[in-house]
Amino acid sequence: MGSAVSELPSRRTPLADAAETGLKIVIVGGFGVGKTTLVRSVSEIRPLNTEEVMTQAGVGVDETHGVAAKTTTTVAFDFGRISLNERMVLYLFGAPGQERFWFLWDRLFSGTLGAVVLVDTRRMDDSWYAIDRLEHHKTPFVVAVNRFDNDPSRYSLDEIRQALALPEHVPLIDCDARVRSSGKDVLITLVNHLYEQAMTREMTP
Amino acid sequence: MIRRPVDTGDPDRLYTVTGGRSRADDAFDLVTLVVSECAPTAGMQSEHARILDLCRHPTAVVEIAAELKLPITVVRILLGDLLAMGNITARHPRAAQSVASLPDSALLQEVLHGLRRL
Ligand SMILES: Nc1nc2c(ncn2[C@@H]2O[C@H](COP(=O)(O)OP(=O)(O)OP(=O)(O)O)[C@@H](O)[C@H]2O)c(=O)[nH]1
Ligand SMILES: [Mg+2]
Repeated sequence: MGSAVSELPSRRTPLADAAETGLKIVIVGGFGVGKTTLVRSVSEIRPLNTEEVMTQAGVGVDETHGVAAKTTTTVAFDFGRISLNERMVLYLFGAPGQERFWFLWDRLFSGTLGAVVLVDTRRMDDSWYAIDRLEHHKTPFVVAVNRFDNDPSRYSLDEIRQALALPEHVPLIDCDARVRSSGKDVLITLVNHLYEQAMTREMTP
Repeated sequence: MIRRPVDTGDPDRLYTVTGGRSRADDAFDLVTLVVSECAPTAGMQSEHARILDLCRHPTAVVEIAAELKLPITVVRILLGDLLAMGNITARHPRAAQSVASLPDSALLQEVLHGLRRL
């Protein structure tokens, strides 16, 4: 981690001066499931990475304790971006699904539009926890199965839905994180899902 | 305090950069867009100067953190300083203003349009 951070600030691609609204979508999944690959395939910038540190007692702990006495946890994540139009820019975050990450969820990802759970069928257990936590945080999500060529199982989407105990209303799709059009489809599936939820809400008095 | 060489992950460095403070300004979301209102001035803390340099065009908090190789919390503290001095303005995201406010269909429609054009 850390090596992908840009070393040439002067070569950054700046946003349009009219840019005013930042939006977030989080891509979450186990190690090596293809999060960075998906971010890279749709992003207009090379993925950058950054980190958040957190002291055991939380941010804003009594300053008299001094830094040295605190145990710190670091969560690293990478991100890319898509300028949707002159005013709106969408940031995509690739985030690890492990426990300490969820500890920071509210601080980093409150107000996120929604999430994509990226699944590798060879390690489906990793996805359980992410799905559970997203439900807990009431974050809408879709599940995308990143198909690896050397996966011998080729479970069907129905089988995967069952294995993950995924409710019928949560969209589940196949993808190839390396392919831009496929990554784009994943994002559109998520935002469509959010749109339908919003329409339902707005129709209900 | 003696300034140590810059090296991410060194707690002493974070302590130095932030003057020992650990309370971040929560108003700054990861995707709040920051815009400089003035140029860096001589004698300004180097991190402040770098932020003002970066934010000549709108720049998200998370991009500032990646460029400066500093944790988000530290960047939020530095941005709080600059905001208090009137050196930056912040364009906060609509969706994050309250955790409970879900995006409306009109906003999502705009997002869909943008994605379909990709
Ligand atoms: N065959 C195949 N390989 C893929 C696919 N997606 C990703 N990979 C490869 O799998 C490896 C891991 O992908 P990453 O995108 O780094 O995964 P990640 O989830 O970001 O991994 P961590 O950040 O380390 O947890 C890389 O070597 C990718 O090239 C895919 O759809 N098919
Ligand atoms: Mg990665």
